[in-house]
Amino acid sequence: MPSINYLAILPVAILLGTSVLLLILTALVRGGLATKVSTSISVLAGLATLVVSFVQWSYVAGHGATTTIDHAVALDGFSVVATGTLAVALVMATLVAHDWLAHGSVVGTQFHVLALAASAGALVMVQANDLIVVFLGLEILSIGLYVLAALDRHRSASSEAALKYFLLGSFASAIFIYGAALTYGATGTTNISAISYFLAGNVLLHPGLLWAGGALLLVGFAFKVAAVPFHLWSPDVYEGAPTPVTGYMASIVKIGAFAAFLRVIVSGLGTQMDTWRPILWVLVALTTVLGASMALIQRNAKRMLAYSSINHAGYIILGVWAATTRGNAATLFYLMAYAPVVVATFAVVTLVGAPADEAHSIDRYRGLGRRQPLLGAALAVLLLSQLGVPLTTGFYAKFAVLAAAVDAGGGAIALISLIAAAIAAFFYLRWVLALYAEEPVELDRVAVPRASALVIVLGVALTLVFGVWPGPLASLANHATLLFTP
Amino acid sequence: MHSSLWLSLLIALPALGALGAVLVRTRENWSYRIAVATATIEMGLAITVALLYNSAVPGASTFDFAGRWVLAAPFGLAYDVAMDGISLLMVVLTAFVVWTALLGARDRRREGAFVAWLLLLTSFTMGSFLAHDVLEFFIFFELTLVPAYFIIAQWGGAQRARAALKFFIYTFTGSAFLFVGVLYLGFAHQHQFGGDLTFAYSALSATAMSSGTATWLFVAFAIAFAAKAPIWPLHTWSPISYAEAPTAGSIELSALLAKLGSYGLLRFAVALFPLAQSNVRPVMLTLAVVGIVYGSALASVTPDLKRLVAFSSVAQMGFITLGIMTGSKIAMVGAVLLMFNHGVITVGFFLLIGFMEKRRGGPMQIRDLTGWQGPAPVLAGLFTVVMLASIGLPGLSGFVSEYLILIGSFATHAWWALVATFGVVLAALYLLWAYQRVFHGRSDDPAITDVTARERWALVPVVVLIVALGVFPRPVLDRISPSVQQVIEHVAPAGVTK
Repeated sequence: MPSINYLAILPVAILLGTSVLLLILTALVRGGLATKVSTSISVLAGLATLVVSFVQWSYVAGHGATTTIDHAVALDGFSVVATGTLAVALVMATLVAHDWLAHGSVVGTQFHVLALAASAGALVMVQANDLIVVFLGLEILSIGLYVLAALDRHRSASSEAALKYFLLGSFASAIFIYGAALTYGATGTTNISAISYFLAGNVLLHPGLLWAGGALLLVGFAFKVAAVPFHLWSPDVYEGAPTPVTGYMASIVKIGAFAAFLRVIVSGLGTQMDTWRPILWVLVALTTVLGASMALIQRNAKRMLAYSSINHAGYIILGVWAATTRGNAATLFYLMAYAPVVVATFAVVTLVGAPADEAHSIDRYRGLGRRQPLLGAALAVLLLSQLGVPLTTGFYAKFAVLAAAVDAGGGAIALISLIAAAIAAFFYLRWVLALYAEEPVELDRVAVPRASALVIVLGVALTLVFGVWPGPLASLANHATLLFTP
Repeated sequence: MHSSLWLSLLIALPALGALGAVLVRTRENWSYRIAVATATIEMGLAITVALLYNSAVPGASTFDFAGRWVLAAPFGLAYDVAMDGISLLMVVLTAFVVWTALLGARDRRREGAFVAWLLLLTSFTMGSFLAHDVLEFFIFFELTLVPAYFIIAQWGGAQRARAALKFFIYTFTGSAFLFVGVLYLGFAHQHQFGGDLTFAYSALSATAMSSGTATWLFVAFAIAFAAKAPIWPLHTWSPISYAEAPTAGSIELSALLAKLGSYGLLRFAVALFPLAQSNVRPVMLTLAVVGIVYGSALASVTPDLKRLVAFSSVAQMGFITLGIMTGSKIAMVGAVLLMFNHGVITVGFFLLIGFMEKRRGGPMQIRDLTGWQGPAPVLAGLFTVVMLASIGLPGLSGFVSEYLILIGSFATHAWWALVATFGVVLAALYLLWAYQRVFHGRSDDPAITDVTARERWALVPVVVLIVALGVFPRPVLDRISPSVQQVIEHVAPAGVTK
């Protein structure tokens, strides 16, 4: 029996435990649990995770980074900050879903049960120090999401999205586990730190097996974060899935997948940098440029945001590409800046598309900023933040990854991805322009329930406050080092 | 040395004014009153700062009012302001332009938001001219895009959406090169000197680099500034944007934002990369004179009065680029002065065209306009003064700056200066020809009336500046010269003569 550091696994335990608790309560309470109660329990679980991440932070600051459960789970600054970010995103996404659930098209607590379980999976990925554990987290996360995507039984698009996600997602999982197997074959271990030690101490005369394994792992991750050319599922799934679920997906999945991506590639296979860096280079160029260009021709807000999140994934991979301490910090900072903004953006999209969750044409936004100045201004700020305008966190996020890339000798790739940002500016601005279009459109006022309003205000406040004063977030990201980097 | 609080106030005041204007936007006229009050105080502040400025602060190389605060060490982000003779002129220009734009080009459609964007733009432009940190400059430089975008997109003419997007995408793409260049420079400095990442201007200008690196960095910087200025061949966004923007927007774009480009070229591209000069000079000078001839040629044939001013600005930016790039002190002083003069002159042009547009409505096609001189003699007179200053008539401001640029560049680069001189002739050609078509002849259009007293007063400061700087430019030149001398001395060891 390996020793267990209970503090390290406490966040996972909280989320998974709450998920099971909700499931049992639903069965026991006559007439099912009220949405208000289940939302409150989920939010409390998210907040508890956030608090625990603070405790973990002080633990890591005092005792240093550590591993537990036979080195399969890591507790380091990186995982702690990623956990805290994930908790914030979870709370926000839960609140957005609450208003959507209150409409009654989906009854019961399934959303919360699944969302909590999937977040636990993402947390496992964040902390995983073993390829098998990464896979475990990946599967918990993905299976939860397959069901979440299908949650809206009144729309066939929802089931279609879920099926598509499931089919392609299971392929990706299979590819990933095959990659893990080949890597085990090449190095004799699945433990990420052990892989790194082995590769640092030994020269592989025939590295083909390792390369094949690494490539398959890379494909698995590229699929999960929707990097071009493994992105094809994402616009359809984003469009089809219920909008609150899309917001959840865009934030939580990115955090979990990128944290694991970084740990496996930079920490585990860091010695093979010269081999995987050119591949990531191409991935970044394709993802940023194609993500931005494809977004230009979309007329549906959710598809546009899907391509926008592909574009963002490109920048985050740029931070991974740098493979330096600065690059790791930049990747983390990008996730911290991006997650609240994207959840809040989807909160607005949910409200505008309500109640049928089908009206997501960009034309629905025409003149919104004039009819409802506050909602319009909030969406404008969120979009400008995604675009990366100064005085928003989006700017410093891009700044951080580009600085890391330039520092690591990637001037050309930094330039390519910045030009992609200029292309992306085109569709963000077109959207902002539509918000303030003059022609009167006979549309009803968009109702803004309290929980969603809270999320939107939180998203805007976070991006503006830390956009003016990024110091605290930046120093947090900079002190959140990985367990080790070769 | 004076306190940096003055400069911080210059940056913060318009932003506060914008906030105030938004808060009272539901009450009629109050936003406008707050905006005018803010702009007037800003103008007073700018003049005070200009009078206080002391070029001989020991160890500050003609910078005064300096102050630096680090905001986020990992990013090398700092708030750092300082002002020298070159930025001083730009600060006064900024305050002047927004003041006259508010007084002369009032736009009553949703006025609260309009003046708020205008003031915010002023704040960001002030920040760019006063930034003494390359990253901080970049941030302010980028930020100016947002208010300018909204002003064009919401208050512009029929094709405003297209114009606004084209403007934004062009300059944003240009900035991509600048951004990578800035980051590279910052890291190059950190690798040489160690310590925290910093983008402080004085620190970065000490970075050693090979002439190849310097050339590439210069090119990266120059692309961004050329797109903003605009310098040929990156000017193609400007005619549609100038024509579609509301009058106040055209004024801000051509008189102020364009100067961000030429100011950046001088302050950051030329002064930070001395070793690049010998490589890039022939190219830049050629682009400059091509811009002069090309801009003048298109200004001669364009059917639209606003586009005529836009193309004429391309030609004038060519003169400014020529003056900056020759490396002669006289020409560089002339270029800085022309930045100011061109700003004032275009304010005059766009105000007058705005007045005409208000009377007639619709796009300002030259062939639809005729015989304005009869019913509107004062307007015609004011147009004549502004036009003659733009042509470069001795005794008016345009002459002094163009003359300095031409004699300075003749001494160092005679052939280019020779071609540029044709630009002066061409300017006379297209402006006088346009004047003939618009003002001469006979018109019985009842819509044409002369300028009102209010409009007349809005133009008084423009005319005063045009005449004053034409007759007695000495006090201004005295303030520019020491700072230009500094730039020349910094660049000189790399092979600049005269």
